[in-house]
Amino acid sequence: MDDPIENRGGDPTAAGALGDVLVELRHVNKHFGQLHVLRDIDLEVGQGEVLVVIGPSGSGKSTLCRAINRLETIDSGTILIDGVPLPEEGKGLAKLRSDVGMVFQSFNLFAHKTVLDNVTLGPIKVRGVKREAARKQAMELLDRVGVADQAAKLPAQLSGGQQQRVAIARALAMHPKVMLFDEPTSALDPEMINEVLDVMVQLAGEGITMIVVTHEMGFARKAAHRVVFMADGQIVEQATPEEFFTNPRSERAKDFLSKILTH
Amino acid sequence: MDSVIEALPVYLDGFRLTLYLAAISGALSLVLGTVLAAFRVSPLRSLRLIGTLVVEVGRNTPLTLVFIFFVFILPGIGIILPLGTLPAIIALTVYTSAFVCEAVRSGINSVGIGQAEAARAIGLGSVQTLTLVVLPQALRTVVPPLINVLIALTKNTSVAAGFAVVELTATGRGLARDYPADVIWMLLGVAFFYLVITIPAGAIAGSIERRVVFSR
Repeated sequence: MDDPIENRGGDPTAAGALGDVLVELRHVNKHFGQLHVLRDIDLEVGQGEVLVVIGPSGSGKSTLCRAINRLETIDSGTILIDGVPLPEEGKGLAKLRSDVGMVFQSFNLFAHKTVLDNVTLGPIKVRGVKREAARKQAMELLDRVGVADQAAKLPAQLSGGQQQRVAIARALAMHPKVMLFDEPTSALDPEMINEVLDVMVQLAGEGITMIVVTHEMGFARKAAHRVVFMADGQIVEQATPEEFFTNPRSERAKDFLSKILTH
Repeated sequence: MDSVIEALPVYLDGFRLTLYLAAISGALSLVLGTVLAAFRVSPLRSLRLIGTLVVEVGRNTPLTLVFIFFVFILPGIGIILPLGTLPAIIALTVYTSAFVCEAVRSGINSVGIGQAEAARAIGLGSVQTLTLVVLPQALRTVVPPLINVLIALTKNTSVAAGFAVVELTATGRGLARDYPADVIWMLLGVAFFYLVITIPAGAIAGSIERRVVFSR
């Protein structure tokens, strides 16, 4: 339970190395009833950084991700986005969420709206963008994620991989400061995982700040600046992907990696 | 049978008033009930409390008592409503809204939580989340129970007969008195005119239901 947090000496991957701190968590705690899901989490994510959070199920990594746009409330501590603490409720919170893109495990595309309308809804209703401009931008984004030809369809008519790429386009349409990915490929059939990961690698290459909860080691190696390993609600270890996968320090991380790497 | 045809103009007067009561109270109940449902799922505790209170009072009070309240009690404490159909419309609306609210709320709950989360995640406020994302999807599960509520409302308008509103049932009572030999025919006539409202309502509901269907 009380594994010491093993931080690498010198911490070459610290947020500061990549620019100003964009997302900052200080002493964040959360309980689900008796369960202490986030234990005194401290984390900084820099501008342009791609951070991968991995860990066994129940380690709190999804909760951490969802806490950053307050889809989960926290019991204590502070979360700052661009230096501003998360507002409690109301207009301030909505404003903040519009600046934080979120991609869900289960896509959550608006089932009653076409692909195009899914992407334009936020810009039109939240940002006040004119319909035509919003459509133009949406088509560009859909083209970028490779589903422009599906624009007129309803989400249910698309494959999982296509739906998730639309979800990414929907989040990007708000021009977010940071993108949160909560296990974006976990609900996908194996043959569709790569089409989503390719888009994410592309985004990472464009300098978008990303916090990605995933088990995709390939993505972490290819695109991440830093890997954070969580277990039992704590950050147990953080390092560059190369270091983490080849030479994990903590027993929990070694144990976890041995389980997912050997089949 | 002949006397029913002879009494047709009288029936039609009553029918018109019943249709009027049902249509106005129905429209108002749909609006008020939806607002109450929004209250009941609001993030604000005080709104949830108000919603719950109105619904519990509305649906647990016999309709006749609601009528008595608006027709006799309110004037008794100095709040005079204009006579005629207005107290009946208010009573029917208050009562029916509670049931509309619960039907709409069950529809809201049938929409996956992920839909609301995705809406909030792109920065929509709670009212926008409800009106742009959740309610349109709730509609499809809400239509059948709502039609039940509206059919019940149509029949409930007959309570107004006891409060000096000469709608269909009051008309039938009068006709039964005027044609004592044909009481059964007269009352069957009344039933027929209720069916003229409720059966098309069911058919309209069916067509709305087909139109709002989409696959998840």
